[in-house]
Amino acid sequence: MQGMRQAELAQKAGISASYLNLIEHNRRRIGGKLLLSLAEVLGVEPSALTEGAEAALIATLGEARAADEFAGADHEPPEDFAGRFPGWAELLVRRHRRVLELERIVETLTDRLTHDPHLAAALHEVLSTVTAIRSTAGILADTPAIEPEWRDRFQRNINEDAKRLAESAQTLVSYLDEGAEEETALASPQDELDAFLTDAGFHFDALENGGAGDIDSILQRTERLQSAAGRVLARQYLERYAEDAAAMPLAATLTALRDTGADPAVLARRFGVGLPQVMRRMAALPQAEGAPPIGMVSCDASGTLIFRKPIEGFALPRFGAACPKWPLFQALSRPHLPIRRLVQQDMRGREAFLAYAIAEPVSDPDFGQVPLFQAHMLLVAPDPADRGQDDPDGLGVNCRICPREGCEGRREPSILTDGF
Amino acid sequence: MGKHVLVIEDEPNIIEAISFILSRDGWAVDTHSNGHDAVDVVRAKTPDLVILDVMLPGKSGYDILSELREDAGTRNLPVLMLTARGQTKDRELAERIGASRFMTKPFSNAEVLEALRELVPQ
Repeated sequence: MQGMRQAELAQKAGISASYLNLIEHNRRRIGGKLLLSLAEVLGVEPSALTEGAEAALIATLGEARAADEFAGADHEPPEDFAGRFPGWAELLVRRHRRVLELERIVETLTDRLTHDPHLAAALHEVLSTVTAIRSTAGILADTPAIEPEWRDRFQRNINEDAKRLAESAQTLVSYLDEGAEEETALASPQDELDAFLTDAGFHFDALENGGAGDIDSILQRTERLQSAAGRVLARQYLERYAEDAAAMPLAATLTALRDTGADPAVLARRFGVGLPQVMRRMAALPQAEGAPPIGMVSCDASGTLIFRKPIEGFALPRFGAACPKWPLFQALSRPHLPIRRLVQQDMRGREAFLAYAIAEPVSDPDFGQVPLFQAHMLLVAPDPADRGQDDPDGLGVNCRICPREGCEGRREPSILTDGF
Repeated sequence: MGKHVLVIEDEPNIIEAISFILSRDGWAVDTHSNGHDAVDVVRAKTPDLVILDVMLPGKSGYDILSELREDAGTRNLPVLMLTARGQTKDRELAERIGASRFMTKPFSNAEVLEALRELVPQ
């Protein structure tokens, strides 16, 4: 700490040395007046003393406040609240996330009732048949002297319609039953895949030695994949994982990484494979066996994130679109061109990362077919040499929580009026 | 001879039931079950009133009604619309296009008769 002894700092800040020790080791949350006085004693900005985790917490608090139309502008800044009531702040953040999740479910269900053509057709069939039955039964009940031939005819019609109604009702019920399984999942298929991969640490030992046959048992063991769509996504992921593992065996890849560093192009040449495959493989290496922390995101041609492996110090948006200044999106506009940039998110506690990005077509080239591209971006800690070269490119997570001023990429105003 | 009603509906048993009750109530009933040429049939048969289902094969009831309202000869023709969807926006759409009445399935025979008598006094 800039040459100052811990005891001296604690004394100047008016706290005990043991309490300061807890703070230093992230076992006590720092905030409010204490944060300010420690920063003053040390002669640094208060933001220099807090971690990325807190920045994320504060960002979500800011979002929660912005989402509430009744929240007054005179509320204390999220930083103060998080500093003074860390437990409550975390609770509020968890509640806010839950609200977003539930809103998404409501949206999905509402959408289904209005736009599901199968459901609309099935209901229409039921209502039409009920109408015919009701009208015909009314005639039989209300026409005292009905001719026998009409009576027979209407009875026959009712019988037909009753059968039809039974069938339509059964179809409708079984259709809704099928759907019910999907809806027990409280998240999108992509969220399920994220949870599944996070549980596994993005690494599957069983697929490392030509074990593609183990995909079924991996899928059976997890409870994260509730929906059929989630299981399809996971199966696709695991099948590709097995191919990547066969092309770049674990031990050889770890050795190569140690020998040559984390440059995907170098590894691609060494193993004779494409850059996207190297990036996927690097993101699947187990840290337990000495691989460095590696983050990765992929998007499709619409810019939608289809794969997210987080890395501490670089936030990925959970909902909505990401920052358009990410090299990931630059790659999408210049397909096949490998891009390497030093980047840093403009938020407290963020670190600089080396970003490697490339966009490649999803399928083999074909005359008469316009290729569809996917882009991939790998995030690794920069070497000291990279770090010193240039200032990193400043970029954000997404516009809502980005304090950057005068950004030409801004889609909407930031909720962080005070900035970080 | 009573007033002339044209029922445009694709569900045979509904056609049969409505035809029966309307005939017994003194109406001269014609039926048609296809949306595609429904406008031509209306022009050819010149009914006093049309009962028009929304979901028809070939062309929707809304489109048929729009065409009828654009034509001077049928602009003021009373049209009772039937639909299996009772949402406010469907009702609003029907009214905006120019439906004289809007009825949600399943309806009772008495409701239909009452609506027709209001639209075309005997």
